[in-house]
Amino acid sequence: MKLSPDETIYWKYGFVEISATLVWTWVVMLVLIITSVLITRKLKSELRISRWQCILEMLVTGINQQIKEVGLGHPEKYIWFLGTMFLFIATSNLFILFPFYEPPTGSLSTTVALSLSVLVAVPVFGIMESGIGGYLKTYIEPTFIMLPFNIISELSRTLALAVRLFGNIMSGGVVVSIILSITPFIFPVIMNALGMLTGLVQAYIFTILATVYIAAGTNESKKTEEPIKTNK
Amino acid sequence: MDSTTIIAFVSIIVAGFTTGIGCIAPALAQGRSVATALSSLAQQPDASDTITRTLFVGLAMIESTAIYCFVVSMILIFANPFWNHFIATAAK
Repeated sequence: MKLSPDETIYWKYGFVEISATLVWTWVVMLVLIITSVLITRKLKSELRISRWQCILEMLVTGINQQIKEVGLGHPEKYIWFLGTMFLFIATSNLFILFPFYEPPTGSLSTTVALSLSVLVAVPVFGIMESGIGGYLKTYIEPTFIMLPFNIISELSRTLALAVRLFGNIMSGGVVVSIILSITPFIFPVIMNALGMLTGLVQAYIFTILATVYIAAGTNESKKTEEPIKTNK
Repeated sequence: MDSTTIIAFVSIIVAGFTTGIGCIAPALAQGRSVATALSSLAQQPDASDTITRTLFVGLAMIESTAIYCFVVSMILIFANPFWNHFIATAAK
């Protein structure tokens, strides 16, 4: 039984192999890019906009609001990263609906790549916001003794992000294939629907956790606290 | 019993126990967290957005422990490195 789409190889030459993960990742990317290009070709700012532009606006404002609620003050600076992450993971999990499709997030390669990009994004955003000194100060955050634990937690939460997403999507596929061999009539459909729901929730969780890590790395909480001004 | 039999025997039994025992604690923890979330929603329905979002994030983090156990079971059953190694050396 195949555990991940990495094992389905369509073409191989030397060490270059085109696996199912690669093919379906590119399909999801092409769908996202072509849809966005087609919808944003003629953007209007009047009262009556096309329904596709309305959908995109709902998505963008929704993600902006979620980022703001988690604690990042200016979501425009981060939405290019977090929004793309959410849209990619959500689309690749929702396309389980279509036959012959294998979600690329069901392969450890994709999820490790996504969580490595979060690992790199946290220092990048932190240094862009507070400078190198300000970012390194977050490691000493509550007290100085927490330094080794903060470093370990950086690595362990990256691993946790990757394995969480991989485990959820992979287990959805494995459960559907097992139920197909036991009761092939209606229950695989129900389990597939549950898999799509889990996929959406996991996309949201991944993005929210990435937002929380970036907010912790950019010291957002320190900036919004203003000292109480006393008049002397 | 030779080594391959022992490996298969132990892998299968441990795979079963891993998921079985490993899912007890996350399930109990998730039950408690949902119960607390429900009671705080009943106390303060205005904060339902924050409470729901925090509940989902917390549930996903607790769930990931159960997912780790499941992944280990799957590796033991389908991608067992010791089994593959012994099969490869036995084939030579």
